[in-house]
Amino acid sequence: MTFNVTNDIACPFCGCLCDDLKVIISDGKIVDVKNACIYGLTKFLNYSLERSVTPVVQGDNGKVEVDLETAVDKSARILIDAKYPLLYGWSCTSCEAQRVGLELAEEIGGVIDNTTSVCHGPSIEALQEIGESTCTLGEVKSRADLIIYWGSNPLQSHMRHLSRYTIGTEGRFRKTRDDRTMVVIDVRNTYSARVADYFYQIEPNSDYELMSALRVALRDQEIEQDEVAGLKKDEIYDLADMMISCDFGIVFFGLGLTMSLGANRNVDAALSLIRDLNKRTKFLIMPMRGHFNVAGADVVFTWQTGYPFAVDFSRGYPRYNPGDTSAVDILLRGESDASLIVASDPVATFPVEASKRLLSNPLICIDPHRSLTAKAATVAIPSNFVGIECTGTAYRMDTIPLPLKKVIEPPEGCLSDVQLLEMILRRVRELKG
Amino acid sequence: MDLLIINGVVYDPINSVNGERMDIAVHNGKIVGHVNDSEAKVIDASNMLIMSGGVDIHSHIAGPKVNAGRLLRPEDHVNDFEVKGPFIRSGVGGSVPSTFTTGYRYARMGYTTVMEPATPPIKTRHTHDELNDTPIIDKACYILFGNNWFVLEYLKDNRVEDCAEYVSWILDALKGYAVKVVNPGGVEAWGWGENVRGIDDVVPNFGITPREIIRGLCKVNTLLGLPHSVHLHTNNLGRPGNYQTTLDTMRCVEDLADVDPILHITHCQFSSFKGDDWTNLTSAAPEISDYVNKHSHVTLDMGQIIFTETTTMTADGPHEYMIHGISGNKWVNLDIEAETGGGVVPYTYKPKSYVNATQWTIGLELALMIDDPWKIMLSTDHPNAGPFVEYPSIMSWLISKYARQKSLEKVNKKTLRRSHLSDLDRELSLSELIVMTRCSPSKALGLDKKGHLGVGADADIAIFDIDPMRVDTSKEYLKYDRAFRRAAYTIKDGIVVARNGEITTRHTGKTLWIKSGFPQEAFGSLINELRERFERYYTIQLDNYPIDESCLTNSKPVFTQSSLWS
Repeated sequence: MTFNVTNDIACPFCGCLCDDLKVIISDGKIVDVKNACIYGLTKFLNYSLERSVTPVVQGDNGKVEVDLETAVDKSARILIDAKYPLLYGWSCTSCEAQRVGLELAEEIGGVIDNTTSVCHGPSIEALQEIGESTCTLGEVKSRADLIIYWGSNPLQSHMRHLSRYTIGTEGRFRKTRDDRTMVVIDVRNTYSARVADYFYQIEPNSDYELMSALRVALRDQEIEQDEVAGLKKDEIYDLADMMISCDFGIVFFGLGLTMSLGANRNVDAALSLIRDLNKRTKFLIMPMRGHFNVAGADVVFTWQTGYPFAVDFSRGYPRYNPGDTSAVDILLRGESDASLIVASDPVATFPVEASKRLLSNPLICIDPHRSLTAKAATVAIPSNFVGIECTGTAYRMDTIPLPLKKVIEPPEGCLSDVQLLEMILRRVRELKG
Repeated sequence: MDLLIINGVVYDPINSVNGERMDIAVHNGKIVGHVNDSEAKVIDASNMLIMSGGVDIHSHIAGPKVNAGRLLRPEDHVNDFEVKGPFIRSGVGGSVPSTFTTGYRYARMGYTTVMEPATPPIKTRHTHDELNDTPIIDKACYILFGNNWFVLEYLKDNRVEDCAEYVSWILDALKGYAVKVVNPGGVEAWGWGENVRGIDDVVPNFGITPREIIRGLCKVNTLLGLPHSVHLHTNNLGRPGNYQTTLDTMRCVEDLADVDPILHITHCQFSSFKGDDWTNLTSAAPEISDYVNKHSHVTLDMGQIIFTETTTMTADGPHEYMIHGISGNKWVNLDIEAETGGGVVPYTYKPKSYVNATQWTIGLELALMIDDPWKIMLSTDHPNAGPFVEYPSIMSWLISKYARQKSLEKVNKKTLRRSHLSDLDRELSLSELIVMTRCSPSKALGLDKKGHLGVGADADIAIFDIDPMRVDTSKEYLKYDRAFRRAAYTIKDGIVVARNGEITTRHTGKTLWIKSGFPQEAFGSLINELRERFERYYTIQLDNYPIDESCLTNSKPVFTQSSLWS
């Protein structure tokens, strides 16, 4: 039995986009993966389970398997017939696919949104108010002596974040674990909290108050309450002191800030806190982006349209107004009349009322998995796994772009998201004349 | 298809054509001596002004910090957009336009080549992704080296040849065009929230000074035979009194120059401040231009202020933090591992502000007090001092004293009293203006097929609906202003791409990059040496760092010969 090893593979799972994986292939199958976390390993070993390879179309008498041309034609007709189609997903595919998606959305005058809309959308809205002092992860590896995870549990969400980028890594100016301090601020005692040097357990929905108190403290002003967010006044002064005294500090924040009470206002306060800290020392902040290419979706949307997500082309030019042009809001208001979902499973993850609306109109799904959305779709077209079966580009959470590689042949006749979207776009243009 | 442009009034300074009625023939994207009249498409350019396509030596149009500027400012886009059309993709404008819009707007002004001047190496893949989506124009990107750890270490150890090999490998691997240096040493210090304050300050932890970095990279640039000189954003940029640093910087490489310029001081306006603080800031244009007039080893570009709301962005992280402090506006900081930094802050230049008005006079004074237009090129450091769509305003100020006086009436009175600008009578001729916007940038970039209309040149041509024989540049500058905003025809690679402001075809320009004559496999020992340190300095794998040529939509390698391996 022979084994082929492919090195330096970027992992198409989470926003860490670890690019040091070794994928071991034998007899045309992936048999092992080195350096990956359990999520990465599982994806590479099990990606082809629950897999379909034939397009399916909803006919008058139930679902029927069809050839690709038929599925593409049907998709194009649905999109042309729609007055206000919604194109959603995009964070688990390549930048190349996102580019075609944007062109398609523009061509049909639809609205295109990515999953930022339902995760770090509030972070971006806050950034657009305040700005953001940030860096690439290598800066943290080289320089950081204070690392704060706030509303984020990396040991379970981004498993190699600590070992590759923060406390577990050796950097130019930080050699050992003792050179760094790790702080976790969370509402519960997470796995990550247990490896931290300091853990501050705060009351749910009180992040905004705590950040405001910290801003007071670092201006050397008096906090008037004895307790804020469940922390004693002195603890807050100590935390502020720790932040001011470091040489290079960073806050990594997760959905604990964006999806709790306050949402964008929490991030607003966090960004302001970090900005203020720069008067005293070097401090930075970074959102813990989830999907492996959600950062890329924001980047590509922005360079083509000026806006990172929730982009509406219905007037022939890009418009952006989250809450108005974002996917869930459009669905809840019942405005869209067809959808194209790429590399996402909103039927399973959206609020029930929004999912119902998705299902009440023609629904096209391009996805390698037989996801709930794919099973419910009017047209379901299976695609390849980018980063396993085809190449592409993805952006890490710190927006470093990395090449996604092809390590194994896709099933016969199964095309990439890029190819499928290009076929639909071409068919749309043919039909429109 | 062949093209024949007849009856136009041609200005082509490189070929000593200074306002002559003549025909221009185009075949296969190149200018030729003659085409078959019956088969060529004929453009009647009667009473029109013809020149080569504009070449912008410094404009932030693509890459991570440009995109950070777009992301930061939805308010910048909301009222300025491009609607999808038969040949155009939709997009937004404002001070930082989206990629498609950038290409169209340059083309409408008769510009056909634009240089993105600052890409962090590790994110250059992003820069190329955006350049691929920037239609019509030819483009290239300069790679940031002035705070790169490998460069600092090589130069500290005086390993200039090894440094040259490294720079050559990076340009080749990342498809870059020139060596860019931004606040050398200062941006590395900004990793700790610090800065350097002059060219002899020691960079923390690296034991090297900006002087050594600048000199070292100039030597590297010469060793590699690169077409452009070292493209430098000075230390202390944007701070009162910094003209001394600028003079020190220019002086420190005097001995390294041979025939050609060795250093390009970019957006020099920002580096020509005299005075101790913001209240007694005055123009150092007399001192800078005096030096430049007497020396031939430097070129400059203006960095001219436009009175408008814009977005500042630079790899000079500490500089952006200063602008944030001054303006109180929102601030983005982007530090890049082992390489560089960056920042973005919105800013509004106001004519009634003493400092802004003084800055406005400095740029124009530099352009008017430097005798040779080959030494100073037109730029706004887009979008830092103003968006590129405002270039026609600058052209007006340069060709017409009336235009300057009109604007001077509106500026801060203290500026007016202290400024030399109202004493300057010089008005640039059209030929001189063309040198500043076409010929000189092409020469500085080593693009011998651009910047002129001689046989063999790229058929990148701008035709403006104004008759230079009849319309006086000085008195009727407004007519030129109007004409320069919207070319009657812009021709790129022999194809009419814009006509009276309408984009008339889909066209993809080329991405230029430096392909070293050094065979890739010979880089082996360099790579082996890099690998060990790369693992310590970076968080990605060395093998994922290079960008394959196939990632460029329309790749145009430029081959160089180096004394190192010839």
